[in-house]
Amino acid sequence: MIEFVRNVRLWFAPAEVRRDGVTPDYRFSLANERTFLAWLRTALALIGGGFAVDQFLPDLRWGWRVGLALALLAAGVLCSLRAVNHWVRCERAMRRGEDLPVSRFPAVLSLVVAVVALVMVVVVLVGWEG
Amino acid sequence: MSASGSVPRDPDRDPGLQPERTRLAWRRTTLSVTVAAVLAVKTALHGGVSAPGIIACALCCVLWLGFLGVAHRRIRALASSPDPVAFAPRHATAAVLCTTAMAVCGAALVL
Repeated sequence: MIEFVRNVRLWFAPAEVRRDGVTPDYRFSLANERTFLAWLRTALALIGGGFAVDQFLPDLRWGWRVGLALALLAAGVLCSLRAVNHWVRCERAMRRGEDLPVSRFPAVLSLVVAVVALVMVVVVLVGWEG
Repeated sequence: MSASGSVPRDPDRDPGLQPERTRLAWRRTTLSVTVAAVLAVKTALHGGVSAPGIIACALCCVLWLGFLGVAHRRIRALASSPDPVAFAPRHATAAVLCTTAMAVCGAALVL
């Protein structure tokens, strides 16, 4: 938790990241930046999906519709926050010459997406019956 | 296959085209933001025009413009020199905050 708070401070303090270690080859930094952007697009897709569930499934019961939309929006928020946190951690690891951080997040996110997709299937089937 | 004897390669230019790829990644991301913003505006104005709807709509537009601003600055920085400076954490945070705020705005609209 303390480690996380220190990382949050780094999000806003570019000079502090730069004080650590040596500057890596700029291509590694750019690759890290592209990974960050890919995660950000994933987050945006989740957020867009949340809006889409709310807008394009009007026949769904209110609870299901709002629950799914909020779950997708929350997943988007988590994904975007994690994107910047992981980017900072990778940047710092590269500067210090350490191993890149490993993460359980991709596995968690894919499980969440799989569960949401299954729920969607069930909801659409049940929604059509009702 | 190789174009030997053609135009000599610019030594300053990265053969892996990393700055260009990063620039295009920013472009793709601005497209994603645009899609999310359009969906947000549609949600905001769905149930007719109302004061909260207009406020949420304006907020989403401001967030969209904020993200475009960050992306534009970064794209300019990437295009300006063959050895681009590293991405600043402040800008990464700004981009993420725009995304997060849009999601929070959406949660408020959905409820």
